[in-house]
Amino acid sequence: METNVIHQLPKPVDPKAATVVEIKDLYKSFGSNHVLRGFNLNLKKGENLVVLGKSGSGKSVLIKCMVGLLTPDKGLVEVFGKNIPKLDRDELDHIRVKIGFLFQSSALYDSMTVRENLEFPLRRHWISKTREEVDELVLEALDNVGLKDAIDLMPSELSGGMRKRIGLARTLILKPDIILYDEPTTGLDPITSREISNLIVDIQHKYNTSSIIITHDMACAKIVSNRVMVLVNGIKFTEGTYDELNNSIDPQIKPFFE
Amino acid sequence: MNTFNYLCPKARYPIMPKKSVQAFKDVLLEVGGISDFTIRFFKEGFKPRYEWTEFGRQCFIIGYKTLPLVGVTAFIMGLVLTVQSRPTLEEFGAESYLPAMVALSVIREIGPVITALICAGKIGSSIGAELGSMKVTEQIDAMEVSGTNPFKYLVVTRVAACTLMLPMLVIIADLISLYAAYVGVNIKDVVSIDLFFSQVFNSLVFGDVLPALIKTYFFGFAIGIIGCYKGYNSMKGTEGVGIAANSAVVVSSLVVFILDLIAVQIAEIMGLT
Repeated sequence: METNVIHQLPKPVDPKAATVVEIKDLYKSFGSNHVLRGFNLNLKKGENLVVLGKSGSGKSVLIKCMVGLLTPDKGLVEVFGKNIPKLDRDELDHIRVKIGFLFQSSALYDSMTVRENLEFPLRRHWISKTREEVDELVLEALDNVGLKDAIDLMPSELSGGMRKRIGLARTLILKPDIILYDEPTTGLDPITSREISNLIVDIQHKYNTSSIIITHDMACAKIVSNRVMVLVNGIKFTEGTYDELNNSIDPQIKPFFE
Repeated sequence: MNTFNYLCPKARYPIMPKKSVQAFKDVLLEVGGISDFTIRFFKEGFKPRYEWTEFGRQCFIIGYKTLPLVGVTAFIMGLVLTVQSRPTLEEFGAESYLPAMVALSVIREIGPVITALICAGKIGSSIGAELGSMKVTEQIDAMEVSGTNPFKYLVVTRVAACTLMLPMLVIIADLISLYAAYVGVNIKDVVSIDLFFSQVFNSLVFGDVLPALIKTYFFGFAIGIIGCYKGYNSMKGTEGVGIAANSAVVVSSLVVFILDLIAVQIAEIMGLT
């Protein structure tokens, strides 16, 4: 895998593409801490959207509301036309299969091997698959992230970058339509960060996934984004392409790009 | 400094210091939390899909892997009880009652309670720490977003396995204790194994065995549910994992004693003692 070049640009988004995620007027508080105060967002099919914001600005809260890990206080969170907070457990689980989530800590099940980690979602949702088909899917997912050799390792034997990639392989194995990345390059060295960023673009090209990437890493944002959105004080402050925001003189935006 | 008028500011006499009120509130919150968690267990535990594979794995971990510790403790317990009881019985010329006395003590009380306490220490802490660590490293969230119900997969299986395995461990521990008592009796006397066990079984009645066995199901359930509750609701990063493991042991040990007290009262009311 190339490590120090941008090997391909994000796939351009078809302006007529369907909207897969729509968030309107989203509010979420934790006690007196008002994290999101009327946030709006939409994501088109095949688009990579980067959400920037300071620590504690509610970026992770936003994507957790999208998969039902957190319940918003108010507002609409529609994924594939379904309002997430209103769904019952079974409907939510059905939607969740179409949404991949890469956690900041990778969240690999540490009592299971890499193979078992990848098999876990498969065994639960695609029960009819034979042993051979499951093996094939596991190897395909590992091949996508360039870690076929790690199949029998335990998570404790993996480096930070490898854990991220295995986490991504586990996310990919159910072939989701939307992938939510929670700070995918945090804690990684610049070379590994670039590898992960390139991988995100590869996945967009290969599977035409729509992605929301929460990050502070501007190098990552530059590589992966079709569109960048800045979250300030719980609302969408501005949005545009990476280059448009890079040239902005707004004192709220400039510090991110310096 | 007036620290005693928290509940009733106009009172002229001390009522309850602030810290005690807060501690009392914390206890009530804890009881409420565990009750909610238990209700959720019953709501979700009986709905399909059933996690048989994970349940089997937990039975193996909780039952089989705890057996050596329970076995060694039970052997020592039976031996020590026999050796220490002998001088007192000898004083009254009643050493022939030694097998009966040890059997009643072991079957009715010491076997179930000591085994439950050992399991509270080993299983309660391990469940608390495991789920606590899964919680702080977002593994439970990862399971949730992959469309798997983590409560069913992690909690229901562990609590059910604990409830089922503890009585089995207690039965085995009782048998090992009785064998150790036989060894203990033979340190000074010569008693055949047939005679020893016939004395043991002659001294036992239905009311000694059944209530003791039934209460172990409740002990197992309590250890499982408290361990899972503490782990599943742990916070504050790695510090929270330690707190979860520790408080799982403390609370479940305390609950074992409370349940034992209740079981004794119920058995007495029903005329089984």
